[in-house]
Amino acid sequence: MSVESQSATPDEPQKRVNVGRRMFLGVAALGALGVAFGNSIQGALSNVFGSGLGGILPIGDHWRIYSITGNYPVVTKEKYRLSVSGLVDHPMTLTFADLQAMPKTSFIKNFQCVTGWRVPDVHWEGVKLSDILNSVGVQPSAVAVSFDSYDHADSESLTIDQAHLPDVIVAYSMLGAPVTTEHGGPVRLYVAPMFGYKSLKWLSGIRVVDRVEPGFWEVNGYPVNGWLDGTTGPNNPDPTLT
Amino acid sequence: MTLAQASTKTVHVLRFDRVQRSAHWANALLFFILMSTAIPLYFGSLFGLLLPRHVIEMIHLWTGLALPLPIIISLVGPWGNAMRHDVRRINYWTRDEIRWMKSLGKTKLEADKFNPGQKLNAIFIGASILVTLVSGAMLQWFRFFPVSWRSGATFVHDVFAYAIFLVVIGHIFMALTHRDALRSIFKGWVSESWAARNAERWLKEEPLGEEGR
Repeated sequence: MSVESQSATPDEPQKRVNVGRRMFLGVAALGALGVAFGNSIQGALSNVFGSGLGGILPIGDHWRIYSITGNYPVVTKEKYRLSVSGLVDHPMTLTFADLQAMPKTSFIKNFQCVTGWRVPDVHWEGVKLSDILNSVGVQPSAVAVSFDSYDHADSESLTIDQAHLPDVIVAYSMLGAPVTTEHGGPVRLYVAPMFGYKSLKWLSGIRVVDRVEPGFWEVNGYPVNGWLDGTTGPNNPDPTLT
Repeated sequence: MTLAQASTKTVHVLRFDRVQRSAHWANALLFFILMSTAIPLYFGSLFGLLLPRHVIEMIHLWTGLALPLPIIISLVGPWGNAMRHDVRRINYWTRDEIRWMKSLGKTKLEADKFNPGQKLNAIFIGASILVTLVSGAMLQWFRFFPVSWRSGATFVHDVFAYAIFLVVIGHIFMALTHRDALRSIFKGWVSESWAARNAERWLKEEPLGEEGR
């Protein structure tokens, strides 16, 4: 017996209307609207509720913690060492205290993941990568900088020009506190004009090299030049975007 | 088909046939995997990670892609009669049902096989499967979409994940507190007296339950 075959006059309370389909489409439409406008909606929500909401429940503006290995390498500030080597005049190994003794840079910028999530207005503090490079003396044959991680799995790279951008820093503080282990502490890279995967966590080494060595995520298909504005070349055409 | 047994007076009415029961439990298993892999993906920082994140991601991705299969397979083909019947029942609402839903269950209602709350649950879950599937796919194959859409898809996937989580917990709670209805998703049948009390109109229309078993 088919349900639609029920004959009924319009006044009859048992008359059936196919509202189920409309509800289904309504929910689906909400989803589509959310995709189109969710970016602004969650921005507005963050303004109303503050970042506390995102801190408790991961909706929208919330950190998603990635780890390639499934573990976080735990390195104390005391044991932390950053080696700077390769095509440089004075290779050196910096301690956490060495980094803190260098000129400090801080700013507030978004952390934007290539998959879409974003945490706005993050406070970052550390040393400009260019300051470190200048203090070791980059040789003329240098083309790129490679970065190694304490997790022995992740790696990243920047061209020499990219590495000298003013908002590319070796960060030891974020969100107003020392960088936590899950965020890549005690010291991580933060490459403000690019997607999050370029901001290598648990930074252990800086190597100045003669060619761009694609890092872990680039080998897995992400753009080598991860500019936030979607351009693909090594040089961001609009410096104001940084 | 009546499964009345001579030894008892209970008359059995078929509520869910074998295909529907299988689809339900396959669906439940997939939902369970999806929700339990979603938790470490969301709260990895709190729970620690038992498996590498990309392994959990892969399990979540493939389970998500498989999620519509039990429903689709149970709907198409010659075995899908009862399922198609129920989808039609869920789609068609009487004015009484709409009134009942708007009054949150206060008005009088000669209930269909599923009451309006159950219909709404099914519709919401069905649409949510579509929404999370599409938004999840956008997160996986993000290259094809502008960054603002990716952010929107993240937002939608998050909000629907919470909604689904709550609705499924509500569904399980209702099931555990309604033993006769719960039995029917394991064994297929409800008693005629239960149907007379809870699904009067269905019993009038199909006194012996859906065809096929």
